[in-house]
Amino acid sequence: MDSHVLIGPELFDRIVDRLAHQLLEHHTFQQTDLIGLQPRGVEFSKRLQKRLEELLPDQAIRCGALDATFHRDDFRRRNHPIAPSSTEMNFLVEDRKVILVDDVLHTGRTIRAGLDALMAHGRPRSVELLVLIDRRFRRELPIEPRYVGMAIDSIDEQYVRVKWDGSGRGGEVELFNRKPA
Amino acid sequence: MTQFSTRHLTGIRELTETDLHLVFQTAEEFKEVINRPIRKVPSLRDLTIANLFFENSTRTRLSFELAEKRLSADVVNFSAAQSSVKKGETLVDTVNNILAMKVDLVVMRHPHPGAPHFLKERVNTQIINAGDGTHEHPTQALLDAFSMREKLGDLAGKRIAIIGDIRHSRVAVSNILCLQKLGAEVRVCGPKTLIPKHIASLGVEVSHDLDATLAWCDVANMLRIQLERQGGHDMIPYFPSLREYQARFGLTQSRLDKLDHPITIMHPGPINRGVEISSDVADGEHAIILNQVENGVAVRMAVIYLLAGVR
Repeated sequence: MDSHVLIGPELFDRIVDRLAHQLLEHHTFQQTDLIGLQPRGVEFSKRLQKRLEELLPDQAIRCGALDATFHRDDFRRRNHPIAPSSTEMNFLVEDRKVILVDDVLHTGRTIRAGLDALMAHGRPRSVELLVLIDRRFRRELPIEPRYVGMAIDSIDEQYVRVKWDGSGRGGEVELFNRKPA
Repeated sequence: MTQFSTRHLTGIRELTETDLHLVFQTAEEFKEVINRPIRKVPSLRDLTIANLFFENSTRTRLSFELAEKRLSADVVNFSAAQSSVKKGETLVDTVNNILAMKVDLVVMRHPHPGAPHFLKERVNTQIINAGDGTHEHPTQALLDAFSMREKLGDLAGKRIAIIGDIRHSRVAVSNILCLQKLGAEVRVCGPKTLIPKHIASLGVEVSHDLDATLAWCDVANMLRIQLERQGGHDMIPYFPSLREYQARFGLTQSRLDKLDHPITIMHPGPINRGVEISSDVADGEHAIILNQVENGVAVRMAVIYLLAGVR
């Protein structure tokens, strides 16, 4: 299968590091929470949380996992419904600044569902979007990220896969010409 | 993803073990949803569900209706008491008339065993069985198993006793089938007159000794004594008196005190306090009766979500 590596392990860590620093330019994290979108944004949000806590040693950073399955707009438009993942939100986002975290931004529909799901946990003061890969030009909704690991140009048939190293550091991003089976 | 193997939920018999786990996994997420500040998700917002109750029900209907509304479906309720069924309309005609009003899914309770199976062959819609006579009550079995798993973890090898009126109980049949698929050992216990003759062919143990059964089990699921089937001129009494039933098969604290391990107490409701179960046991720390009711909404949301999502 045709594929090539977009981001190797070293660059991967550097990007996560850069995104953490970019967040610190705009947030003190007194009023800010990280929310990872299930399934694959959660690992990313935990990485960021860990890096931010290293950079702000006196600060505990709240991090939640949000599942948007029940808010998707393609229910009954697929052959079978998507199985949900867990939502682990042990706090309300009422009047908080939220950084919504996902691995790949493609059509924007998952983020739309995520925003909808988020509102069930309170009315945030603001929501910003952070993604590792922005597949720009493929958007179907007016949704744009504020923080981007890498922006790529890709066609619809291509597929981006992010692999997270279990050790808590490193990872890899691959671009496939077709979605692997 | 793993998908539901059936288009209808007519009984536990038709479900695979994978289906059961899919319901439990989905219900866990819906349980989180119904404990949020906003307890509603928009999944079914363009769907209409008809609840057809040809037999009385309070909690099952309420539970289904809440589940449907929490999923944002439009809901219409029908009860046979105030309908044209009284004027002689057939079941297929009644349902087809309702479907002609563009209803997408039917939840049905019917006094005749097999009514949903009959209907699914004849009408073009998805059907969820909310109880058919003395045959099956699949969503009750699913919520019972979900509640047991929540308390005990994996049910493989666990010992579950179903106690009371097994003869008239659709809950018992569905529970037996469901628990066996999950690898649990099941025993039924009650007076001989309230245990169907061939129940052992389902692979369950039969006992008439409550104390021995309590000592054996991890969970006691107490079934309601159907008082409406006792006495009257045209009915056969199944036991001499309620007092005698209570003495031999009523679950009391003194019986539980004799056990060397605590057991989980369940009851599908409505409870006859002081008959099959005493008040102190029903309200005691090991009773999960109200958890069952809460879980009922989440489990029904899961079943509707999984069935309605199939194109």
